[in-house]
Amino acid sequence: MEKFNQLTGIAAPMDLVNIDTDMIIPKQFLKTIKRSGLGVNLFDEMRYNLDGTEIEDFVLNQPAYREASILVAGDNFGCGSSREHAPWAIADFGIRCVISTSFADIFYSNCFKNGILPIVLPEDQRDALMKDAEKGANARIEIDLEAQTVTSSDGEVFSFEVDAFKKHCLQNGLDDIGLTMEKVTAIDTFEATAGAARPWV
Amino acid sequence: MSPKTLYDKIWDAHIADEADDGTCLLYIDRHLVHEVTSPQAFEGLRLAGRKVRRPDQTIAVPDHNVPTTLDRANAATMTEDSRIQVEALDKNAKDFGLHYYPVSDVRQGVVHIVGPEQGWTLPGMTVVCGDSHTATHGAFGSLAHGIGTSEVEHVLATQTLIQKKSKNMKVEITGKLAPGVTAKDVTMAVIGQTGTAGGTGYVIEYCGEAIESLSMEGRMTVCNMAIEGGARAGLIAPDQTTFDYCMGRPHAPKGAEWEAAMAYWKTLFTDEGAHFDKVLTIKGEDIAPLVTWGTSPEDVLAITDVVPSPDSFEGGKVGAVKRSIEYMGLTAGQKLSDIEIDTVFIGSCTNGRIEDFRAAAAILKGKKIKEGMRAMVVPGSGLVRAQAEEEGIAQIFIDAGFEWRLAGCSMCLAMNPDQLKPGERCAATSNRNFEGRQGRGGRTHLMSPAMAAAAAITGKLTDVRDLM
Repeated sequence: MEKFNQLTGIAAPMDLVNIDTDMIIPKQFLKTIKRSGLGVNLFDEMRYNLDGTEIEDFVLNQPAYREASILVAGDNFGCGSSREHAPWAIADFGIRCVISTSFADIFYSNCFKNGILPIVLPEDQRDALMKDAEKGANARIEIDLEAQTVTSSDGEVFSFEVDAFKKHCLQNGLDDIGLTMEKVTAIDTFEATAGAARPWV
Repeated sequence: MSPKTLYDKIWDAHIADEADDGTCLLYIDRHLVHEVTSPQAFEGLRLAGRKVRRPDQTIAVPDHNVPTTLDRANAATMTEDSRIQVEALDKNAKDFGLHYYPVSDVRQGVVHIVGPEQGWTLPGMTVVCGDSHTATHGAFGSLAHGIGTSEVEHVLATQTLIQKKSKNMKVEITGKLAPGVTAKDVTMAVIGQTGTAGGTGYVIEYCGEAIESLSMEGRMTVCNMAIEGGARAGLIAPDQTTFDYCMGRPHAPKGAEWEAAMAYWKTLFTDEGAHFDKVLTIKGEDIAPLVTWGTSPEDVLAITDVVPSPDSFEGGKVGAVKRSIEYMGLTAGQKLSDIEIDTVFIGSCTNGRIEDFRAAAAILKGKKIKEGMRAMVVPGSGLVRAQAEEEGIAQIFIDAGFEWRLAGCSMCLAMNPDQLKPGERCAATSNRNFEGRQGRGGRTHLMSPAMAAAAAITGKLTDVRDLM
């Protein structure tokens, strides 16, 4: 997994609540057996007309935001299905950080497995960053994971919380499975004990 | 010992390792797998040279992509990419030695219906699947939730998940449900009150007289949509209804093991005085037959109500409601019972079980669907289909004008050929009314099977109580 430490980039504003996983990546793109190449279909039905041409006013089609690496979004981002295709598409587009007031549980967890940092901020701070993002390509937002801060283009600094273990994995690009494999003895022990206590399982 | 919730008990019984910061390795008893969210996980295992740790606890079934038309044995009914995904699951199940129910097996169906039906899902277990509606299995008092593909790979390799404990939420539905009001209305009523993010960070335990009086089918409907309220999982304490359902299932324990299991299962309830971080109480009598009007499962109203005005909302929801109403082609103030539909879908992991079909058939018996209506019933499994045929329910659907399909997810998420065209409007018993969910530009109204049957007859959203 790609490491995440610091990021300075253009932030695209998406001021809509409940942006769901069907919006992020519609089901017709879930038929892939690969993880890669989904960026072109990110937000497909909001981004393209039925004939495949771009919908001009969609944020990621606007010249200022084509190179966005941060998304500032409305409440409850990523609600809906467990499809990891959603963070795969976001990462493949080049977005490495999503800022909102809240995220759906499974999506939030999926982000960390794919080098994406989801940041939860209070409403007023998210709103301030939304306004900042609306300024376009000249407004660069800075993320510092070590310091756990977001800095707006005006230099305003907001602190965010992140689980220490998730942060550690993201900063070092660690593979969860490798880490868990180191605890195989604990799993063996649990399995033997639980198997004796609940043999019907 | 301090009193524990049901969630606390199941959680504590599955911790294989706990770090100082509370990060746990949660042991997984059952891992359900389908074709859409698993190919990349198996590929990951192969690349790393890893095996499936517990193939004997891993159950696979293709459901999302499979056609549900009667000619599906003909490979040409599937698109190339769907066929590749299903074939990948065939191969992965064989290569890694998993329990497998292929498309040709009568037991095949929607993974969340097959698991309980075959007795894989039992009280007190941890159950995961790369699908958000894994919450369904919470109906048995098992801790069940959806996971992403990276976590699918993690469970395949280690039989554990890295987890932190969620908070406890109690949702109590008191009293009795009125005639015409079903489990679907109960679960929609809860989401209508909590909102789609109200459950985020929580595991919900549903309780109260109205929940206790539900069948297992109804309880599965309730827990299925816990995820639509944002909750990690939904739970219902197992009781005699649960034990009766489990007994005799192919993978349920037998003999002395059954007795031992029962002794354990009877300890699975929330202790008197246990702490909940949040409590919601709804009077069962107050719940009316419900429908969704918008593009979020929280957009719930009684069928007797009208399309709301965006101005009656606050904050970011104002813009979202404007967008929803426009997408849905409705006007504020319009009576919900005046909304005309052209498609009816009865099925899905939410409402594709025998009881759902009985409820719809009771409304449809001796009646015809409106002319021009496209109506389909898609059983949750081949066994549900067989039972409905045996009970004469299938014939009621067919006589009314419904297509009687083979099992699969079908138009719930429209990954197979069953899709809405732009502007088409569907009365659906599924779980999500998101933009484009049932096909780009398609409009979805969620409701119970009885309500969907009523809509099929009249051609518009209809109060089922008027037809009872």
